[in-house]
Amino acid sequence: MAATLETVEQVKSLEMEKYKYGFVTDIESDKAPKGLSEDTVRFISAKKNEPEWLLEWRLKAYRHWLTMPEPTWGKLQHAPIDYQDSYYYAAPKSNEDRPQSLDEVDPELLKTYEKLGIPIREQEVLAGVAVDYVFDSVSVATTFREQLKEVGVIFCSISDAVQEYPELVKKYMGSVVPYGDNKHACLNSAVFTDGSFVYIPKGVRCPMELSTYFRINELNTGQFERTLIVADEGSYVSYLEGCTAPMRDENQLHAAVVELVTMDDAEIKYSTVQNWYPGDAEGKGGIYNFVTKRGICRGKNSKISWTQVETGSAITWKYPSCILQGDNSVGEFYSVAITNGRQQADTGTKMIHLGKNTTSRIISKGISAGKSQNTYRGLVRVSAKAEGARNFTQCDSLLVGDTCGAHTVPYIESKNRSARLEHEATTSKISEDQLFYCRQRGISEEDAVGLVVNGFCREVLQELPMEFAVEAQKLVSISLEGSVG
Amino acid sequence: MLEIKNLHAEVEGKSILKGINLTINKGEVHAIMGPNGSGKSTLANVLAGRDDYEVTQGSIFFDGKDISELEPEERAGEGIFLAFQYPVEIPGVTNTTFLKEALNAQRKYRGEEELDGMEFVKMLRGKTKELGIKDDMLKRAVNVGFSGGEKKRNDILQMAVLNPKLAVLDETDSGLDIDALRIVADGVNKLRSENNAILVITHYQRLLNYIVPDQVHVLAHGEIRRSGGKELALELEEKGYADYSGEAA
Repeated sequence: MAATLETVEQVKSLEMEKYKYGFVTDIESDKAPKGLSEDTVRFISAKKNEPEWLLEWRLKAYRHWLTMPEPTWGKLQHAPIDYQDSYYYAAPKSNEDRPQSLDEVDPELLKTYEKLGIPIREQEVLAGVAVDYVFDSVSVATTFREQLKEVGVIFCSISDAVQEYPELVKKYMGSVVPYGDNKHACLNSAVFTDGSFVYIPKGVRCPMELSTYFRINELNTGQFERTLIVADEGSYVSYLEGCTAPMRDENQLHAAVVELVTMDDAEIKYSTVQNWYPGDAEGKGGIYNFVTKRGICRGKNSKISWTQVETGSAITWKYPSCILQGDNSVGEFYSVAITNGRQQADTGTKMIHLGKNTTSRIISKGISAGKSQNTYRGLVRVSAKAEGARNFTQCDSLLVGDTCGAHTVPYIESKNRSARLEHEATTSKISEDQLFYCRQRGISEEDAVGLVVNGFCREVLQELPMEFAVEAQKLVSISLEGSVG
Repeated sequence: MLEIKNLHAEVEGKSILKGINLTINKGEVHAIMGPNGSGKSTLANVLAGRDDYEVTQGSIFFDGKDISELEPEERAGEGIFLAFQYPVEIPGVTNTTFLKEALNAQRKYRGEEELDGMEFVKMLRGKTKELGIKDDMLKRAVNVGFSGGEKKRNDILQMAVLNPKLAVLDETDSGLDIDALRIVADGVNKLRSENNAILVITHYQRLLNYIVPDQVHVLAHGEIRRSGGKELALELEEKGYADYSGEAA
């Protein structure tokens, strides 16, 4: 605590000093100056030509952030984050600063791309190589955008949405995750750089799965991403986020916010594959991934379903949640979290039952290998008015080797006697017998681990859209390479 | 096909096999019988190359190749199949997926073309039909919730798909009722051919009523004490293993 206070004081004094000289940052610059201050926030907002209300909101968030303590309840260990040692805004790198060809890219990364079967062109994009041809994905995206327009679906970057649909953004942004929710979400609210915005109008079933993959060419959105999806009455959308390929990013600190809103009879299915750089074998250099994802089933009979496959990042801190406000609304959380090497994951969900006859389902599969730590943390809360609420939770942990850890921390709070809550949990280990059995049939030890783990996660993987599921299976196997033998 | 010479092996520092000599030719069925603790299962595991089963002396040649240093999956690729006493469960992995992975891994090892989904399913259907196994078994997770008999039938199906040169049945009859025993034996007999060989490891003679061996060997205290024709099995059934209970002179 003392250290945090000290930092806050320091930051404040720095600010004071700057204020003496006024607003000095050069708006034409491609980079905000190092460190975090009101100036940084103003710089970002000005760069994006944002309306006054949004700047005010960002500043409120920033000021609040200064007073907030870091969340400490995760089972995670890391050195204190030096917020003044980061950049918070940088325009995409110019071609000269990027690797000129794949030859200049880390061979380990290329090996992984190869295993995942990623075409050369896409490898270049993922690795940030300077290329000047027009990507297929760009033209594909344009075609799709037109198709979406026909049915009235809005799918664009959140920066564009601020300019083009300010009323929608103003109405919903921060309505599910208020800026003061937690320190990481608060930071995001102050300095978010980009992300996606989706609006599905009444009665529309989105004709295709929406994917950030279409926006792959828009680099540098990963660090403080902010996504907002609103599904109006009777609509449906399936949204895919992330990519199975490991993404290179020089920014260690990631703090994303995702907000989902469903009206009466609407449904959002949100799938994530997260494979940010996990750091080297000693745990050096990996991404700190602090994500706040929350959806609200505002309307009756509405549904929000989260599916996540988390394999990357040095630290994962993430609890995609559902607030079940509308009567008969449904929340689902399907999760696979894999940790290897020195990775640490503290992930789970919160299901908040407010409406009558609301239902939630949690299926969590945690796999730990190497020297990693993997924690499921989940809350099921039933309010006094949530008559007839039901929850089913199943948490399974699988250990590979004997130097890793798996932990399950369920919180259950029920204020309504009619609630029916079930919780099942298991912990198992990949057995020598299983591995020998597979090997005797001709399957190598590494492939055997991949097979057994894929079997273990099957219930969750089959929730993913078909194409994603196949890639995710490969990813599951690759993530565990080097964990045996 | 299989030539074991003066094989010594130990498990966790304990000497179990003490100089086994055994030759099995193509098209032959051999049975190894012996009391509990004689080293029968150790022999099966040593042949399959299981970790912790260490060969300290002697050699194992398979098709003229010394395999004693090969990994288990490499031996499988060479054509050695072990039917387990207790087949292992693999939750969430369907039999179809498992068999396809296994077969293609072996084909890859041998430098053969891997089968695509269509070719594989067609071949698999043929095998299930031949063995009278219902297709719904293919959709179930490997051995999960299977009865003892079903697990053994599943092993036989794997054997049919992988088509090994040498199948080692390690006390595959344990825990089976007479009907299941007959089904397993029928399966094995269907797969017998001029080109492969079978090594049946068993405590009891009854399996040998159905899978008739060309030769029977008595294993005791880590050595083959006696070899003979199928009538030797009947003799053991009658007299038990009392004659072999002492250490070798």
